[in-house]
Amino acid sequence: MVKIENIHKKFGKNEVLKGVDLEIPKNGIFAILGPNGSGKTTLIKSILGMVVPDKGKIFIDGKQTHANGLYRKNIDYLPQIANFPSNLGVKELIKMIQDLRGGSANSDHLIELFQLEPFLDKKLSNLSGGTKQKVNLVLTFMFDSQLVILDEPTTGLDPIALLHLKELLRKEKEKGKTVLVTSHIMSFVEEVSDEIVFILEGKIYFKGNLSQLREKTGEQDFERAIAHLLKKNHA
Amino acid sequence: MLKILKYSFFDLIRSRWSYVYLLFYLLLGFVLLFLNEDLSKAVITLMNVIIILVPLIGTIFGVMYYYDSKEFTELLLAQPVKRSSIFIGQYLGVSLSLVMSLVLGLGLPFVFYGLFESAAIWDFSLLLVTGSMLTFIFTALAFNIALYNENKIKGFSYAILMWLFLAVIYDGLFLMSLIVFETYPLDKFTLIATVFNPIDLSRILILLKLDIAALLGYTGAIFQKFFGTNVGLFLALGSLMIWILLPVLNIYRKAKKKDF
Repeated sequence: MVKIENIHKKFGKNEVLKGVDLEIPKNGIFAILGPNGSGKTTLIKSILGMVVPDKGKIFIDGKQTHANGLYRKNIDYLPQIANFPSNLGVKELIKMIQDLRGGSANSDHLIELFQLEPFLDKKLSNLSGGTKQKVNLVLTFMFDSQLVILDEPTTGLDPIALLHLKELLRKEKEKGKTVLVTSHIMSFVEEVSDEIVFILEGKIYFKGNLSQLREKTGEQDFERAIAHLLKKNHA
Repeated sequence: MLKILKYSFFDLIRSRWSYVYLLFYLLLGFVLLFLNEDLSKAVITLMNVIIILVPLIGTIFGVMYYYDSKEFTELLLAQPVKRSSIFIGQYLGVSLSLVMSLVLGLGLPFVFYGLFESAAIWDFSLLLVTGSMLTFIFTALAFNIALYNENKIKGFSYAILMWLFLAVIYDGLFLMSLIVFETYPLDKFTLIATVFNPIDLSRILILLKLDIAALLGYTGAIFQKFFGTNVGLFLALGSLMIWILLPVLNIYRKAKKKDF
């Protein structure tokens, strides 16, 4: 589904990605993990074309990504921080994104699921962080693309919304979609993901499923296993 | 791109500042006409206001809009929209809404005052065209500055400095160099120096059309002597076009490479 070849990216003197090679097969939920500043978001933004890599190629469905960004039509993306134009209403924003992307979109059941009806006419600047994140989720999941990329989807969500999110992810997986997700909530990652990619200092440090991770680190507990990966490297 | 343009434009139309700008011009137009009682005299006064104020407003609005709509831009960048469409669309949205305020704000008072029966209609139209071009130029320059500066405060200061330089300092430097080098032939230098400042160009453009020799000043006089009134007009107009084109091209180029 997604193939990344030797991606390098520098921001000024700060080398964020140092030759990342990664292949993500079709169907399944893939978690990208790593400490703060390890390059997770940069990697995701490279796939989306929001960051222009210095070197390397990215293929989606066998086609190399193009600078014009039109391939993003087949990607649903949830940005890390829900920054929205503040003078728009929720309904207007949803309509605008639909208009910009074209194609079919179904937001009604998502609005119902996240109980956003009372906020539909409110301005986005007046919403709480969690509610903004729910709007963010609606904007992402209302399209039906084969590739879904979620950057920290759990931020600010209450437990009920978190349950709904997990449910949504399960359904997307059943539909045969590929989901890329980053998160710092280890229990969430453990619960939803099929495979884990661990990035450290701009390189892929580990790739495999949960049992492989346990085997490699010798830790049964997922959280400890990840901590083990981190410690071993920094020691 | 048209969709982005549409959203930016309506976003701005709804904002309070567009109305303040519009009201200011309405007021200015009415007051000038009330005081002058003469359309062509009002046009000259207006010119002096326009060539200083329009660039300032274009600069401030351009920078402000770019930084203010950062979130909107980031949202758009994740959509299947070309980068160039996003930035050029936003740029056109800002400049067109400013141009609309300018044309409506100055146009209405003059129309009420009987512009269409007056001989000043062409002078006035040219004034509006020049004002519009200055808006396009300075909004584009402001967008360029904002694109190169992540830091809001820095971007703002550079933009204001640019305006100050082109509107005030440039003339001072130019005059000083004329005095210092007065023993040399300065025609060509003057011509070139004028072309590099859109505000000077606009002044000369309008004054050539108004045909008031007394107001032309040294640069204007040289322009007229060198090219004659008509060729001079077209040349000034053409140079202003280039002043729009180059910054817009650079927005296009820079937007393609930038990381978000």
